[in-house]
Amino acid sequence: MSIETIVKEFAAVAADPKAQLKKFKAEGKKCIGVMPYYAPEELVAAAGMVPFGMWGSNDKTISRAKEYCATFYCTIAQLDLEMLLDGTLDLLDGVITPTICDTLRPMSQNIRVAMSEKLPCIFLAHPQNRKPAYGKKFCIDQYSHIRTELEKIAGASITDAALSEAIKVYNKSRAARREFVKLASDHCDVITPTKRSAVLKAAWFMPKGEYTEKLTALNAELAALPVCDWKGTKVVTSGIICDNPKLLEIFEENNMAIAADDVAHESRVFRVDAPETGDPMEALAQQFANQDYDVLLYDEHSSENRRGEFVAKLVKDSGAKGLVLFMQQFCDPEEMEYPSLKKALDDAKIPHIKLGVDQQMRDFGQARTAIQAFADVISL
Amino acid sequence: MAENEKATAAAPEAAPVKKAPKPVSPGTQALRDVVSKVYAAAWDAKKAGRPVGWSSSKFPCEIAEALGLAVVYPENQAAGIGAQHDGQRMCEAAESLGFDPDICGYARISLAYAAGVETTNESRRVPAPDFVLCCNNICNCMTKWYENIARMHNIPLIMIDVPYNNEVTVSDSQVAYIRGQFDEAIKQMEKIAGVKFDEKKFEQACANANRTAKAWLKVCDYLQYKPAPMSGFDLFNHMADVVTARGKVETAEAFELLASELEEHVKNGTTTSPFPEQYRIMFEGIPCWPNLKTLFKPLKANGVNVTAVVYAPAFGFVYNGLDEMARAYCKAPNSVCIEQGVDWREGICRDNKVDGVLVHYNRSCKPWSGYMAEMQRRFTKDLGVPCAGFDGDQADPRNFNEAQYETRVQGLVEAMEENKKLKEARA
Repeated sequence: MSIETIVKEFAAVAADPKAQLKKFKAEGKKCIGVMPYYAPEELVAAAGMVPFGMWGSNDKTISRAKEYCATFYCTIAQLDLEMLLDGTLDLLDGVITPTICDTLRPMSQNIRVAMSEKLPCIFLAHPQNRKPAYGKKFCIDQYSHIRTELEKIAGASITDAALSEAIKVYNKSRAARREFVKLASDHCDVITPTKRSAVLKAAWFMPKGEYTEKLTALNAELAALPVCDWKGTKVVTSGIICDNPKLLEIFEENNMAIAADDVAHESRVFRVDAPETGDPMEALAQQFANQDYDVLLYDEHSSENRRGEFVAKLVKDSGAKGLVLFMQQFCDPEEMEYPSLKKALDDAKIPHIKLGVDQQMRDFGQARTAIQAFADVISL
Repeated sequence: MAENEKATAAAPEAAPVKKAPKPVSPGTQALRDVVSKVYAAAWDAKKAGRPVGWSSSKFPCEIAEALGLAVVYPENQAAGIGAQHDGQRMCEAAESLGFDPDICGYARISLAYAAGVETTNESRRVPAPDFVLCCNNICNCMTKWYENIARMHNIPLIMIDVPYNNEVTVSDSQVAYIRGQFDEAIKQMEKIAGVKFDEKKFEQACANANRTAKAWLKVCDYLQYKPAPMSGFDLFNHMADVVTARGKVETAEAFELLASELEEHVKNGTTTSPFPEQYRIMFEGIPCWPNLKTLFKPLKANGVNVTAVVYAPAFGFVYNGLDEMARAYCKAPNSVCIEQGVDWREGICRDNKVDGVLVHYNRSCKPWSGYMAEMQRRFTKDLGVPCAGFDGDQADPRNFNEAQYETRVQGLVEAMEENKKLKEARA
C-alpha cells in the first residue's frame, strides 16, 4: 500500500472514533474506555477486549457535563464525561478511570455516579512513590483489581500467558511508534504535522496488533524514501494533547515540521516498554515505575530540574530549532512545571512559545499569529 | 537559593499592615499563642543553626515532632497572608515567575515566598526551608508545589503519597503502601535531624495529636446546641492550630480550655456570636480568606450562623500505632470517595441541625470543588435542605465577586425561610 493510502486509513480512524467503536461492536467485540493517564491497556487486550482511548474531542461542546463540573476543569476530562452522557460512547462495555491529577480525582466519582446504571467504571489510583518495593506492590494490587473487574466484563479469566503476549504486542507497537516519530521527522515533507498526529492518534482506537502491522508497513515505505531536504523549520511539541487538525494546519502553513514530541497523548505513552520476562503483572508495575520525566509523576530527584533538562535535550537531539508548548487550560501539573521547563530551555538557549489551548477552541487567530511570529524567529 | 530575609526590598507595592486584633477569650488567646509559638520556634531553630522544614498540612506531623524538628506550614502561612490582604500581591509575584493564575492561590503565595518575595504579614514570615515534607492526601497539586520548592532551594523532599480512594474503607494494600513510606520517611528525617527516631517521643506526639483531635471535635460539637454558643466561623481560625500544632500538648490544652468556656456559655445560655441565630448552615469548603468580612456581612445581617464545617470530622481523627496512623492519614477531605464525603457532611448537618448549605466553588481547589454539584443534589435529596453555591477563591481575591455572593446568600435565606414556613404549617 502507498504511504498516502495508509495515512488516509489512519486519518479516517482518528477523525471518527465512534464509527470505529460501532465496527468493533458489530464484530461482537467488547470495548473498554481508557481515560488518561497510564492505564495498563495490556490487561484489556489480554482479556480479548478492545481498549478505546478517551482524550476528549475537538468537535463537541460541553453541555451535560456542566451538571457535574464547574467551569475551571480541563476540557479533556469534561468532554469525556460529556461523551459518556450524550450517547457518543454508549457502546462501551466499561471505562477505566485513573486519578493521577486533581481533575481526575473528582471526575472518577462523577463518572461512576453518572454511569451507575449504564456501565461499570473501573477505578485506578497509581502510586507516585512507584520505584520502591512497596510502591510496586501497591501498583500490582491496583492492577490486580483492574484485572478482576475486566474479567467480570469479559466473562473469562485473563491468563498470565495472554497477558505476557499482550505485553509483547504492546512493546512492538511502542517500538513502531518510536520509529515512526523518527521517520516522520526525516520525511516531514510527506508526514506533515496533521498526518503525524492522525497516525499517532489512530493508535487509541485500534487493536494494537492491527495498528502495529499497518504502522510497520508505513514505516517501511517511509524508510525507503530518501531523507528530505527540509527548507522550513522544525520544532518539538510539548503538552498534554495537540491533535486539533486546524491548529496543526497552521504549522503547515508556516513550513513548521515536528521533529519530536513531549506530549502526553503521543510520545509520553510509548517511551517506556514493559519487561517481557518474569511475572507479567510485575512487568506492568515495573513499566510504570520506569516512567519518568513527566509533569504528572513525582520525581524523587525533585531538587534537580531533570524533566526540563530532558525536554531541552530532546529538542537539541532531534535537531529542532525551538519548542511549542500547548498549555492545556486548567492543567495544574503542566502549569506548575512551566517555570522549570522555561528555565531549562532558556539555559540551553532554545526559543519556545506557550500556546493556551483547550478542546473547545474554535478560533485559532491568536495561535496563528503566535505560530507565524515564532516560525519567523526560529528560521533566522 | 532564595533568601526571604533579604527580599523585602524586591517586593512590589506592599499592602498596608493591619491594626491590632480585638480582645478575645483566654481559650482563643491560648490557641493563637500556640500558632505564634510554632512560627517563633522555626525562627529560633534557624538562628541556632538547626534545620527548618516546610510541611503540607496533613503530612504526619508526629514524625517531625518525635525527632524535634522545627516545621512550619505553607498552607497556614498562605491563608494568613490572604486574610491580611497580601494574597493578591503574592499571587501576582508568582505569576511573574511563570506560574499560571489558574494554579491554587496557596501554592502561588507559597512559591512566591519560596522564591524570595517577603510578605507584609509579619506574623506569617518564616525562615527559608532546609527540607520539605509533602503529603498529597490533600491534593496532587501539592506534589509539584513542593517539588518546586525543593528545586528552588536545592533541598531534600520527603514524599508521602496517599492515593485517592474509591472506597469508604481504607484497604490493607493502601495501609501497607503508606506504612512503607512512613518507614522510609523516618529514615530520611533521622538524617536531617541528626538524631535517631525516639519511640517514646513518637508515642507522646501521637498521644498529643489524639488528645488535640478529641478536644477539637469536642469544640466543634458545641455547635450542635441551638442556639450555638459561638459563631462557627471561629472554627476556621482555630483550624490553624489543628494544622500547625496538633502534635503539641499545648494545643490540646488550649482546645480543652476553649471547650470549657463554651460549656459555660451553654450553661448560661450565652454565646460569643455577635448576632442572634435565626438560621443554621453548613459552610462547604475553605473560606475566602481575603474576603472574610464580606463573607460574614450578609450572614450576620440575616441571622445565619455557620454551625457545620467539614473540617470537624476531617481533622478529628484518632488512632493508635503506625498502621492506624497510616489509615487515618488516608482520610483527608480530598482523598476520600464521594460516599465518604457525603457521609461526613450529612452527619454534621444532621447533628448540628442545619437549615441550608452554602457551597464555595473554590477556584483554587479543583479536587474539592470537583464533585460539589453532585453533593449539593444529595444534600437536598437526603436532608431536605436548600443549597446555594458561589464562586470564590481561598487566597486570590480576584476570583471572588461580592455581588454574586450576596445574591446567592439572599437566595439561600429565602429558600430556608420558605422551608421554615412549610415546616411550621405542617406542624
